[in-house]
Amino acid sequence: MNNTSTQILRFLGLLLLQVTICNNINFLGYINPYVYVLFVLVFPINVNRQLFLFLSFLLGLCVDIFSDSGGVHAAATVALAYFRPPVLKFSFGAMYDYQTIKFSNTEIGSRIGYFTLLVVLHHLILFSLEVFKFSEILLVLKKTLFSSLFTIFICLLFTVLFSKKTK
Amino acid sequence: MQQIINFVLRNKSFLLFLLLFSIGLGLTIQSHSYHKSKFINSANSVSGGVYNSVNSIDQYFHLKTENELLLEDNKALKSLLFNLDINDSIIDPQHLQYSVIGAKVVKNSYSAQDNYLTIKAGTKDSITEDLGVITSKGIVGIIDKTSNNYSRVLSILNSQSRVNAKLKSSYHIGSLIWNTKAPNTVQLVDVSKFANIKIGDTIETGGQSSIFPEGIPIGTILDFKDDQGGDTYNINVTLFNDMTNIGHVYIVTNKDKQEIKALQNNLPNE
Repeated sequence: MNNTSTQILRFLGLLLLQVTICNNINFLGYINPYVYVLFVLVFPINVNRQLFLFLSFLLGLCVDIFSDSGGVHAAATVALAYFRPPVLKFSFGAMYDYQTIKFSNTEIGSRIGYFTLLVVLHHLILFSLEVFKFSEILLVLKKTLFSSLFTIFICLLFTVLFSKKTK
Repeated sequence: MQQIINFVLRNKSFLLFLLLFSIGLGLTIQSHSYHKSKFINSANSVSGGVYNSVNSIDQYFHLKTENELLLEDNKALKSLLFNLDINDSIIDPQHLQYSVIGAKVVKNSYSAQDNYLTIKAGTKDSITEDLGVITSKGIVGIIDKTSNNYSRVLSILNSQSRVNAKLKSSYHIGSLIWNTKAPNTVQLVDVSKFANIKIGDTIETGGQSSIFPEGIPIGTILDFKDDQGGDTYNINVTLFNDMTNIGHVYIVTNKDKQEIKALQNNLPNE
């Protein structure tokens, strides 16, 4: 129960943070962090997979409604949620097999690897759909690179700030 | 039959993913074709309300610039009024072709490919689709979606935006588009080679569409070059408006719009 309310609060909090602040940063003209992916990244792994996919879709759709972008965030976020388990396995290996991952306990190195893989995937889909032109592929890659760096940085900062102390 | 059900059950995650992803993709494709996106827009009471409450804090930081803008605007209007020698009875709003509604901008974007603004004025304030939105400095966009209290504006910084424009010095017309690169530069294309163009000339709206009145300023010519075909000019236009900083806008309604539309629709289609 406690866990459910945490997730609901995190959903709403990250959504509001994204649409009111992060969408308006426009660092160097176009670079924005997409912090709401953090909800998908640190979602508990032992929850029903279909529910997880659906929640991710809903989060993306809400961001879309606020930023008038059609369905790009929804598509990118649902893809992110679908491809999370293989990346989890790749990054954390044995820990994932025993379903015992606590994100606050993981090593910083493997956590960075995990975030990077998924965030780059998400941003690549997001910007490809947003630009929607093959001729502008360089623009897509440029946006993906810079925004990913920004997002990964902010996400790591958040996980470090808000993780419970274990010692 | 058993096998089909088994297949569905075994791959239910993948199938759900496929379904949700294709919904997202469908919405994306829909949003890339003008006037199609039906549900997913920020002109609803929830997102509009959130933006409105955030904006009511944010607007205090812009009070100074807004005041200066208003002062400038008033100055221009006053000087116009003092030099205009007419008696008051002529200026009766009932008989004017264009009327103006003021509105607050609660959300503005300019860094994406397709930018929209959300304004706090909706069908309650007699806003309908396809009305022109301007500031005292120049044009902003066209109303695209409305709800009770909010409307969405298709900014001129949108790859789907097309506005009829002309040179101030002559009647050569073109359409105003945006190449999605810089938020202070738009492009005027399809300008005839007969036009006499100089860098620094003013571009304003043409009276050909019923959306904007004629003669609303847009910007000045930054540079120009020949189109690939060689018959027309492509002109880069620097906007008068700072699209990144818009506090209040005016919505222009044209009383004769229905009449013009009805007339145009009556023309025989070949």
